[in-house]
Amino acid sequence: MALRTLINRKTLTTTVPLGFRGLQTFSLPDLPYDYGALEPAISGEIMQLHHQKHHQAYITNYNKALEQLDAATTKGDASTVVKLQSAIKFNGGGHVNHSIFWNNLAPVHEGGGEPPKGSLGWSIDNSFGSLEALIQKMTTEGAALQGSGWVWLALDKEFKRLVVETTANQASCVLLFLQDPLVTKGPSLVPLLGIDVWEHAYYLQYKNVRPDYLKNIWKVINWKYASEVFEKENP
Amino acid sequence: MTSRSGFSARSSNENVAAKIELKAPPYPLDALEPHMSRKTLEFHWGKHHRSYVDNLNKQIVGTELHGKTLEAIIVNTYNKGDLHPSFNNAAQVWNHDFFWESMKPGGGGVPNGELLELIKRDFGSFEEFEKEFKTAAATQFGSGWAWLVYKAQDNKLLVIKTPNAVNPLVLDYYPLLTVDVWEHAYYLDFQNRRPDYLSVFMENLVSWEAVSSRLQLAKAQAAQT
Repeated sequence: MALRTLINRKTLTTTVPLGFRGLQTFSLPDLPYDYGALEPAISGEIMQLHHQKHHQAYITNYNKALEQLDAATTKGDASTVVKLQSAIKFNGGGHVNHSIFWNNLAPVHEGGGEPPKGSLGWSIDNSFGSLEALIQKMTTEGAALQGSGWVWLALDKEFKRLVVETTANQASCVLLFLQDPLVTKGPSLVPLLGIDVWEHAYYLQYKNVRPDYLKNIWKVINWKYASEVFEKENP
Repeated sequence: MTSRSGFSARSSNENVAAKIELKAPPYPLDALEPHMSRKTLEFHWGKHHRSYVDNLNKQIVGTELHGKTLEAIIVNTYNKGDLHPSFNNAAQVWNHDFFWESMKPGGGGVPNGELLELIKRDFGSFEEFEKEFKTAAATQFGSGWAWLVYKAQDNKLLVIKTPNAVNPLVLDYYPLLTVDVWEHAYYLDFQNRRPDYLSVFMENLVSWEAVSSRLQLAKAQAAQT
């Protein structure tokens, strides 16, 4: 396959007609940078496929599942409502996760790779010892993840601490249960930074060598965005 | 333990420190072109499959698993779903062996003989089986495999899908055919287009001879138990 042309930032908003009851459906958000802008860490070819094909497919299938859910709910079809949950979790999770991910990345000339300052930087040092230690931890856990999934830096709002977690497939960080059996969380986890370790996120460039992808992605991580999210939760 | 794989035991010489070996596909790496590229085989077999073998050997050396057959290691480390760390590597070694042998140059098309009769009996028609198999493979969220299996208790053929490294050996089915739907299996040739990969697999790659002989072996083994 030859996708050598680096296409400029595309506006790919799909207009989806609202249903009779004003059902909210979703459309592909623009990337805040050109497809080729993250090179050499992540190739333009991967960025374009990842955005236009993979993320778009999650949105298309999420919208379809939501429409089916709407119809089933209206009809009072309980078993269909239940059967749709996995499609909603998978495709909706995919949409949520990738929307966060595009903001987690930035070209070097727009601050990609610049270490976090301010309260997030301080909190990272406090929780992990140093930024290098956090990076090492996320890299190791991301590399060790079997199959498809994500590695996250998240803020636990209830305990006011930063945590590193992994999720399988498109499970959302916010649905995560902490390992402590005494405590069940989920909605109190706020994702700050997620790294996609599905093979589609790196395969064309890094092939089987996921550790190289993880080593290089830190050069384009947008700590500014993570800081903004952190400071909003921690005024 | 009864071997359900249809091949002979991997490490037959008890005296030699029994390492798990990387078995080559039964055809050259470019033999499946243009349907599955040589480049894909070089990475998929030469890197991924090889890593599973190497990492498994590192994990089992000096443990009670060392010297056991691959299938015994798989069942042991599956541990009824509470996976031991080496399960992923062990099962993936086996799964990939089974996958290479599920394909052949000039494969695809329709089976014949008893296999075709049983497919028609249990799925309605070959087309309906193919649709169910491709749907299972296309809808396995994330990484995994789709399988045609023989369920001895019901004397029936079934299509199932499994996540990551899980395979029919641990689910008490006899595996007959598989397709790998981890992204690394098709990304170089098809990128995101998993359905296209599955169509090409069915039309051009499936070795129905392998599936038929596995079915014969499965029925013979089931009759003995």
